[in-house]
Amino acid sequence: MRSVLYLIAIAGLVLGNCVADAEARTIRVTIEKMAFVPAEIEARVGDTIEWVNKDILVHTVTVKGGWEVLIPAKGTASLAMPEAGQVDYYCRFHPNMKGRLSVAAP
Amino acid sequence: MNIRPMTALATLCLLALAHPATAADKPSDPQIAHIAYTAGVIDVENAKLAISKSGNKEVVAFAEDMVRDHEAVNTQALDLVKKLKVTPEDNDTSKALSKAADDERAKLAKLDGASFDKAYVDNEVAYHKQVNGALTTLLIPSASNAELKALLETGLKIFQGHQQHAEHVAATLK
Repeated sequence: MRSVLYLIAIAGLVLGNCVADAEARTIRVTIEKMAFVPAEIEARVGDTIEWVNKDILVHTVTVKGGWEVLIPAKGTASLAMPEAGQVDYYCRFHPNMKGRLSVAAP
Repeated sequence: MNIRPMTALATLCLLALAHPATAADKPSDPQIAHIAYTAGVIDVENAKLAISKSGNKEVVAFAEDMVRDHEAVNTQALDLVKKLKVTPEDNDTSKALSKAADDERAKLAKLDGASFDKAYVDNEVAYHKQVNGALTTLLIPSASNAELKALLETGLKIFQGHQQHAEHVAATLK
């Protein structure tokens, strides 16, 4: 739980730093009926991904061996993309929910 | 591909058996609410048994997911029946479900270690198949209130995910 809060705090800081960058975008991923929609997102470093959870269940965005963001039921969470690369993520509570982020250099 | 229709058929038989006098009748909304709620409570109780008995990390994590999700769905169900001023009505299907679950839990309680894990997870696969079959073929088509129907459809989507998750955990136990 603490590490999740820590991540969200970091995400907030990163997000704050990106305000000056007019190019940074917010990309929304909706979680509905146990699926990430769209499942695949292309972003650039500094863009923020916002997950909007329309389900009545808590979900996570978890990168195996990496970061995790908790998205409350009917809630929202965001994370700014700190580095380029491609990551696969899933919901730790519902492992058949999968998504992918392809983050390009700025 | 044959599994789902077979399961649905088996479930229908079970539900029909539970209604010997009114086999042709559809359950009413108060009965459907009671059946769905009971089915959720059963899975939470099984999960709590698994959390207390299992030493397998994946099995315990799965069981924790079951508690979290089924309690969330049942909270929604309670909110809905309150809003609709519907009183869930006990019925033979709910009773049959509870009786079968009590028997299964008594069996599970006697097992330990890997044999408990396997029996619990196999039962979760079978149980979610059974409930999903009943939702698809009987409960959703019988529900007359649109909001109740929508909640059952949401539940089906969630429980299909649980079934896949259970199948995945079952595969790791072999």
